[in-house]
Amino acid sequence: MLKYTIRRIIGMIPMLLLISLVVFLLAKAMPGDSLSGEIDPNNTDPQYIEEMRERLGYNDPIPVQYFRWVSGFLQGDFGTSTRYKVPVADLVLERLPNTIFLGVTSLVITYILAFAMGIYAGRKPYTVGDNLIGGLNYLGLAIPSFIAAVFAIYFFSFNLGWIPYSGSVDPTLQPGTFDYWLSRIHHVLMPAIVLGALATASYTQFLRNDIIENSRKDFVRTARAKGTPTSKIYNVHIMRNSIIPLVTFLGFDIATLISGAIITETIFTYPGIGQLFLDSVTNRDYPTLMVITMMLSALTLVGNLIADILYGVVDPRIRLD
Amino acid sequence: MNMTETRETTAQPPETEKEVLLDIQNLKTYYPIKGGFLKRTIGNVKAVDDINIQIKKGETLGLVGESGCGKSTTGRTILRLLTPTEGKILFDGKDITNIKGNELRKARQDFQMVFQDPYASLNPTQSVGDIVSEPIRNYRKVSKKSLKPEILELLRRVGLPPEAYDKYAHEFSGGQRQRIGIARALALKPKLIVADEPVSALDVSVQSQVLNLLKELQGEFDLTFLFIAHDLSVVKHMSDRIGVMYLGNMVEVATNKSLYAEPLHPYTQALISAIPETDPKKRKERIVLQGDVPSPANPPSGCPFHTRCPMAKAECAEIKPALKEVKPGHHVACILY
Repeated sequence: MLKYTIRRIIGMIPMLLLISLVVFLLAKAMPGDSLSGEIDPNNTDPQYIEEMRERLGYNDPIPVQYFRWVSGFLQGDFGTSTRYKVPVADLVLERLPNTIFLGVTSLVITYILAFAMGIYAGRKPYTVGDNLIGGLNYLGLAIPSFIAAVFAIYFFSFNLGWIPYSGSVDPTLQPGTFDYWLSRIHHVLMPAIVLGALATASYTQFLRNDIIENSRKDFVRTARAKGTPTSKIYNVHIMRNSIIPLVTFLGFDIATLISGAIITETIFTYPGIGQLFLDSVTNRDYPTLMVITMMLSALTLVGNLIADILYGVVDPRIRLD
Repeated sequence: MNMTETRETTAQPPETEKEVLLDIQNLKTYYPIKGGFLKRTIGNVKAVDDINIQIKKGETLGLVGESGCGKSTTGRTILRLLTPTEGKILFDGKDITNIKGNELRKARQDFQMVFQDPYASLNPTQSVGDIVSEPIRNYRKVSKKSLKPEILELLRRVGLPPEAYDKYAHEFSGGQRQRIGIARALALKPKLIVADEPVSALDVSVQSQVLNLLKELQGEFDLTFLFIAHDLSVVKHMSDRIGVMYLGNMVEVATNKSLYAEPLHPYTQALISAIPETDPKKRKERIVLQGDVPSPANPPSGCPFHTRCPMAKAECAEIKPALKEVKPGHHVACILY
């Protein structure tokens, strides 16, 4: 397992290099540059623009620019945000806790709901309860998150006033106090539910179908014949096998923790990475944009690695070596 | 109980005065056919249609018949993996026809099953130690660790090395997997083992090993077998008595010797004539049956076999013959006798 992990991590290096090349070239291929996001090109002296471009190194050959960026990256210099004039690393680190908090909350809600509903529906398929859960889930799958978010804000924030519609915390509260954390949870709850709706729906249906499929397998009949109590058949024999396909999702979830929130964070004006990402696109803040993209790519790779290792843990038929 | 006793005296040959372990009376298992918009039951597949049979302690009853004749359904109904539609199952004098829940679970200690498919019937996420010890842990509060010597002994007895304990089912060959299945069935020291085509998924050389193992274990653990198979030579090798099934009905029950020497029912005669002869010079006449097996959802009137029977008469379509004893220990359901 350790050998396998190390080999996989080494295998990620060329992958990340390729990704960095693509990310860099895509950023370069976009119209304009960081400078044109900062100034109004139509009202500025062309001489000044040319001068600045030369100074900032935007006129250097592309390979030179690429190597300058990569070598900076490797030395831990992630560049400076052209928009906020602070190192990108600081900018990202400031936003990251918010996003992780949102992602983890959403994931916890997803898992609790999906396991509760999936197990119930899988044990009692084709009943009224199962059909209700199924209907709810298809609704969750069918409504895009931006629609759900807008509706949620309209009903629960404006009409009912239950939940704040923006920000991540009440700014008047002292950080570290109990009320502060309560306020954070209060703020994160609705974006987390909206963010998790889609995942909950697909998790639930996957789990339900897998439980039904597994409960018809021969080894379940064997377990019944040897006198295993029904609850143990479901909780041990079937669950262990039904969890295997869900592990695949977990790999993606780790990247989703950070990235999936782009739309949700923007609508709820929740100060996280997703919002920063979208801002950096509109402001042509390429250093920030590239760092976030690289981070998401790396997380996807790590997520898949974790999923693959977990496969070996959950399913003894899969050997990692 | 009165009825059982009278049937016992008439049905059994006098030399085997052994105790009856399993008594099946008028057993019927139907699968409902659902159809229409509201998924109502619009018919039944009569998988097992009125079967009477007894198994005595220590004997092996073979059950033969072609695919879909209800052999496996009979076996599974006896183990109460299925609930019978009608009839009675008496196991060791106790009525297990309609028991449920915990009572059924407790009763299962005494009857275990060896399944047909050794690939699908073992949980892929459990080690052999888990698989074999689970039956015991289902009934006694003991740790897996304290059971280890017992499990290793079981594994040794079925011919598996001690290393098997920590391995998973997929690491074994078909024959070895079936040995795991047998060890699992033996773990509770049951009285009855229903073996549902235990060797049909194995290749021929392995078949004989597993069959001989079952025979050895029968003596050692004092087991009674219900042995389900479609291979007549396998059944002949294993059984003391043999029941022949056709379309959910028992058409002939006889001792091993008597059945092969002198099959009475036309269907049994056709089956036995189909066994390949090992001596190429010896030619025998083969009875080739015409047509297909009728659908068990809509069985023919009268004798279920009359549509394909070479000796059918007009009244066969009307009278459904009951199983009756025509010679000592030889029962047949046919109007010819």
